[in-house]
Amino acid sequence: MPEKEVRLMDEMDIQRSIARLAHEIIERNRGVDHLGIVGIRSRGVHVAERIAKQMSEIVGRELTTGVLDVTMYRDDFRTRKVGPGMQVTEIPFDIDGCTVLLVDDVLYTGRTSRAALDALMAYGRPSRVQLAVLVDRGHRELPIKADFVGKNIPTSSSENVQVHMKEMDGSDEVVLMRGGRAND
Amino acid sequence: MALKSTHLLGLRDVPAEDITAILDSAVAFKEILSRPVPKVPTLRHVTVVNAFFENSTRTRISFELAEKRLSADVVNFSASASSVNKGETLIDTIRNLEAMKIDLVVMRHPLPGAPNLLAKYCDSKVINAGDGSHEHPTQALLDMMTLREVYGDFNKLRVTLVGDISHSRVALSNIFGLTTMGAQVAVCGPPTLIPRDIEHLGVKVYHDLDEAIAKSDVLNVLRIQLERQDSGLFPSKREYHQTFGVTSERLAASNKPLTILHPGPINRGLELDGDVADGPHSVILQQVTNGVAVRMAILYLIAGGEK
Amino acid sequence: MSWRSKQGTDLLKSHDWLVQRSQTVLLHGARLIDPSTGLDKTADVLIDRGKITKIGKINRDELKGYVELDLRDKILTPGFQDMHAHFGQPGHEDRETLTTGICAAAAGGYTGVSITPDTDPYIDNAGIVKWIQDQTSGSPVNVVPVASVARDDEGRRLTEVDDIFHMGVRVFSDTGRPAATPEIMRRALEYMKLHNLTISSRAQETSLAAGGVVREGPVSTRLGQKPWPSIAESMAVAKSLLLALHTGSKLHLEAVSSVESLDLIRWARERGVKVTCDTTPHHIALTDEATETFDGNFKTSPPLGSKRDKDALIAAIMDGTIDAVAADHVPLTDEECLVEYSLVPDGVVGLETAVGVLAKVLGKGKPDWNKLITLLAIRPREILELPPATIATGSTADLTIIDPEAVWTVDPARFFTKGHNTAFGGWQLPVKSLGIINRGWTLIAPDARMLVK
Repeated sequence: MPEKEVRLMDEMDIQRSIARLAHEIIERNRGVDHLGIVGIRSRGVHVAERIAKQMSEIVGRELTTGVLDVTMYRDDFRTRKVGPGMQVTEIPFDIDGCTVLLVDDVLYTGRTSRAALDALMAYGRPSRVQLAVLVDRGHRELPIKADFVGKNIPTSSSENVQVHMKEMDGSDEVVLMRGGRAND
Repeated sequence: MALKSTHLLGLRDVPAEDITAILDSAVAFKEILSRPVPKVPTLRHVTVVNAFFENSTRTRISFELAEKRLSADVVNFSASASSVNKGETLIDTIRNLEAMKIDLVVMRHPLPGAPNLLAKYCDSKVINAGDGSHEHPTQALLDMMTLREVYGDFNKLRVTLVGDISHSRVALSNIFGLTTMGAQVAVCGPPTLIPRDIEHLGVKVYHDLDEAIAKSDVLNVLRIQLERQDSGLFPSKREYHQTFGVTSERLAASNKPLTILHPGPINRGLELDGDVADGPHSVILQQVTNGVAVRMAILYLIAGGEK
Repeated sequence: MSWRSKQGTDLLKSHDWLVQRSQTVLLHGARLIDPSTGLDKTADVLIDRGKITKIGKINRDELKGYVELDLRDKILTPGFQDMHAHFGQPGHEDRETLTTGICAAAAGGYTGVSITPDTDPYIDNAGIVKWIQDQTSGSPVNVVPVASVARDDEGRRLTEVDDIFHMGVRVFSDTGRPAATPEIMRRALEYMKLHNLTISSRAQETSLAAGGVVREGPVSTRLGQKPWPSIAESMAVAKSLLLALHTGSKLHLEAVSSVESLDLIRWARERGVKVTCDTTPHHIALTDEATETFDGNFKTSPPLGSKRDKDALIAAIMDGTIDAVAADHVPLTDEECLVEYSLVPDGVVGLETAVGVLAKVLGKGKPDWNKLITLLAIRPREILELPPATIATGSTADLTIIDPEAVWTVDPARFFTKGHNTAFGGWQLPVKSLGIINRGWTLIAPDARMLVK
């Protein structure tokens, strides 16, 4: 079956979503003190960096982000065998006692977020963990809910939502694919 | 980026992309080792047997740690020669273990090719943890990981293996792996400890340690087994140390930056002086740390690969 | 236990072989080749009561109750004779018995086999020689025991040569029990002059072989295998040749495998040393590179040599330096082979594949038949001092039938030998033995049964 693409968000839409997410995060946390931002590899990292940049502009100081590779914590190692390469996790701040904001591009079954929570706990004991995603496409398989959502996009499970980021894909857009590779 | 290889029997036929994949993954695993909780649940479903048919405390501990940090179930099995004495063959022994549902065998064996035999006749995936004087691929990969940390890549890197090349399980794997990655490998030692026709493997041969040092960036100093002097392979410890011992005087005389590796355990004062082993040129402890990371990467990639 | 107990015929028949004892056999239309007489022509052969009674045009009307084989496009040669096969019995019946060994030999076209003394007990006294002769009497394959030079494992004491000589033994071998010192080898060679007997030596200097398992060279180095240098052989060959020169005794060298050994043999011959030698099919067909996969089916003694050795062996066969090719048949059990390479006993089976391998190596399937038959039938009998097998009127009918056009694939599961340890499993070979005629027996392979009219 040939793949069919429908563009759901363009560069401007993404920019607006990120700006709104940044404001919401600051508002809900009453500032950025004791807040650590961690992106989930791979595209969650870029979403996190952009949110952090936006937040830095609002609060007037540089916010750094961490990077979390959840490959080792996935629950589908047995079935899909070795998938993407293991990459380095870098969390440049102490997460003990702070609020960690996990950032991903798409929230789907919730399994990646579950793995991310486990991975995070290997680094210490955060006082609270929040989840921010650019797109929530539904179909949860685990009791997981995002605290901050850029855009809710109802989909069918045969569809696939792909976030493209300039840093990796050359352009900023969110597309809906039919019959493509399933979201992780 | 699954590996092309199903097993890890040796580095002779492992392509450069597989070596790179292993070394890249090992960097990520090294970070895991530095976490407050240095353990991941990845291989929770995997049962690994460490089948050691000869003693090697260091290699076994390094593998065991790597397995446990990946949450694998680990069974240690040391047979020495006992089961052979009972008439049970290697294949019978491993098939017995397989009947208890295992996935992966890490094997140390005194005879060359024993892991190849296992891979051919048993169902488990096999990682060679040293087979006689044949290969010891995980040791070579941890050496390579350490060198990559120091030099960035292997291109034109001049690595000389010093000492008993003939009886070493480390030498061939280093030669194969480093050559594949573009390094220039040489060996240095008395003619009695260098196997014939080793030039066919694309390595240079030195019998003069000072010349070797002058033409190397890295010395990988191999352990001298003391029983070799009884078989007439070199006259005495004293003469060996004088002619092939890596000393701070020699390094000072060469007046150049040099990296010293040693697979351990070291005979201090024989092949390597203590002050060199503990000195600024030495990356020996870094090798040990990297050993766990590299073995985690290999276990992860082999366990996850297609059978 | 003996051949006469039907065990052997039953085994052959279970493999669909035709086994007959016929008074009169007419062989029709074969090309007859006998290098010993220069015979090479197509003619009919009549055999009556084990003797060749006529060669040429045969009037069928004068015959009654005869069996006829249609051998057009086939070659009839003097029966093949092997030089040193291991038949296991007594002591190693799990590897081979006299019966399975005889059937394997027959299947390979051999009408005679010399068997090595390294049985358990050793063939080192007249009693055991007699036992083997009794066990194999009447079999379609002459089983010729070779006795041990030494009567102890250390190779220090001489066997009772005269006693064994009177049992018909002409060759004494040091297989498994090499002489402890050059002095003992010298005395052994000298003692053989009592009856002008031959010592067949498997010359290897064990201290130089030093537990090696792969010929020393680039391959052993690449595999980290314990090296077995070629000088272990050439040093021992030199020593034996010098002793043969000194004593004037007859020396045969088994399974010669290196360039240097061949040079030394030529040197010795120029000086009048009475030396003969053989090599094996695997040493002229394979090199040390075959051991790269750690497959125990390539573990031999001496080990497979370099390409230079292999080429030199083939050249030495062609120029006559090498007298004969021996299958060097060493059957092993499957269990013995499914272990670490270094622990696999040395040796491969060879009786059932020798002629095919030789034809392939020496002539890409179209060999010089005179050469091939000389190597497999003529010279072995001369060296072993056995009566010649001649294709001539009045001679004993001791014959091998071969199909020069056959193409077949080696399948160890179909061997008669108990050993599946062939170095040629899966090889496609030209030339196949279709059967033998010897001692009144006619044995025909299943794929040739239609030749029987």
